[in-house]
Amino acid sequence: MNPQAIIDGLIAGSTIGLGAIGLTLTYSILRFANFTHGDFLAWGAYLTLTVAGVLGGLAAGLGAPVYPFSFGWGLPLAMLGGVALTVALTLGLDRVLFGKLRARGADAIIIVMASFGASMALRSLLEFIFTAKPVYFTKALQIAKPLGLGMRATPDQLLVIGLTALLVLALHLLVTYSATGRAMRAVSEDPGLAGVYGIDVAKVVRVTWIIGAGMACIAGVMAGLLVQIRPYMGFDLLLPLFSAAILGGIGSIPGAMLGGLIIGLSEAFAVQIIGAEWRAAISFVILVIVLMLRPQGLFGQKEA
Amino acid sequence: MTALSLSQLQAGYDPDLPIVKGVSFTVKKGEAVCILGPNGAGKSTMIKAIAGLVPCFGGQVRLGETDVTGLPSHLLARNGMGFVPQTENIFTRLSIIENLQIAAQLLPKHERPGRIEAMLDMFPDLAARPRELAGALSGGQRQMLAAARALLTEPEVLMLDEPSAGLSPKLVGQVFETLRRISETGVTLVLVEQNVRAALTLTERALVLVDGKLAHDGPTDVLHDGKFLGELFLGHRAAEAGQ
Repeated sequence: MNPQAIIDGLIAGSTIGLGAIGLTLTYSILRFANFTHGDFLAWGAYLTLTVAGVLGGLAAGLGAPVYPFSFGWGLPLAMLGGVALTVALTLGLDRVLFGKLRARGADAIIIVMASFGASMALRSLLEFIFTAKPVYFTKALQIAKPLGLGMRATPDQLLVIGLTALLVLALHLLVTYSATGRAMRAVSEDPGLAGVYGIDVAKVVRVTWIIGAGMACIAGVMAGLLVQIRPYMGFDLLLPLFSAAILGGIGSIPGAMLGGLIIGLSEAFAVQIIGAEWRAAISFVILVIVLMLRPQGLFGQKEA
Repeated sequence: MTALSLSQLQAGYDPDLPIVKGVSFTVKKGEAVCILGPNGAGKSTMIKAIAGLVPCFGGQVRLGETDVTGLPSHLLARNGMGFVPQTENIFTRLSIIENLQIAAQLLPKHERPGRIEAMLDMFPDLAARPRELAGALSGGQRQMLAAARALLTEPEVLMLDEPSAGLSPKLVGQVFETLRRISETGVTLVLVEQNVRAALTLTERALVLVDGKLAHDGPTDVLHDGKFLGELFLGHRAAEAGQ
């Protein structure tokens, strides 16, 4: 077996893990499976591309690649703008759709169906605005460098793995040790009691959307940087995202990341062992096994 | 000086079928009041409506001089209302100290460590293992953590919904001893309780709610007569009062 599968799996797992973090937070705090989350990844990538285009028009030097990477300073700057716009998109969607349904006391299944509809609308809108033709942050070619033990990776790929590790650590520390994190965990356990404790639940919901959208945008940019940007890129990741969130345990940030890495590695090894055509089925198989054997996931807590 | 007052409060889950039907009373600052009544009388619904957890359809709730009718629970907590729900009144997946830290967020930053320390001094059982998950506490210790959390912010009014629910007689004794100490500090206490005997030993005034209406408001000593209370619960006395 080719050890390159480990690197391929870690890279795919980084994108899946970051995306799954937003999904798991939304699931645990807002208590619904958000089908639009995959589309937030795609919107994040397209919005970042748009901002990069504007920045490139303003200052051409920003697009020049910075050694050893395939992109210039324009991309990280554009990603900040992309994160801000993706956050605005999610907060807007919550205001006009999910928030209104919550205020009416709608059942979770109604909100899930609404998210399914919103997901299709967001995807179609992307296709309408940007067309279905794939686009790229950069077309510069990178040579993968040897890492030892028969594994190779490009500088962009190593950056993606490093940035993911940094973001997951920062988020884990935020949720574990900060007042905001304590409030998020409290709302996740019992929103009614959180209000009695003096927590502004609406504010916690906003923070959850902000973190989820930010992570989704960064995951989308990573996927776009390493592969390509397509309107369906988020939708195609939806099943791996759900599998990773459930495998890690709903509400657990390290769990979502570990779940993402396990899914990514499983897919990479499956490609080598049983063939690339079965890659997409792996997430589904893992999801079914977890739901049957340990529905609370690796780090989740059983319902009382 | 008035700490809490209700004026013709109507509350429940359906505006066409209010559970609390026009209740009025006033609680003075520092007073300890218990709310009694048979099952389904609307006691818990009323206290939850005061705490902002159940919709109010009519009437008024005033905390001191401030109209707080229909305010969401987090704003009531910030306005000096401490509420301890009947069950599920602590975050079991958070540690003891984290439960207190969340409540302390309502205080200015410089006061937080001191108030948390004061609560741990008041409840030594909690101080022994502050980093332990609250879910590992016994029923009585959970009630103590819930009370500590509510007291931490020095509320104007502390309301408790059946603090003895589900506890053994020994633990009920411990919880009521704790409530007695709290009451002696001058906190205004409003207590909904099914354990009439325990409640009457703690408070000097009782309100009896029957079918969502106030059937009695007076000193607790007359209620030590079980027959009188039984008649109130069954509605005979309430009917007489209505005539």
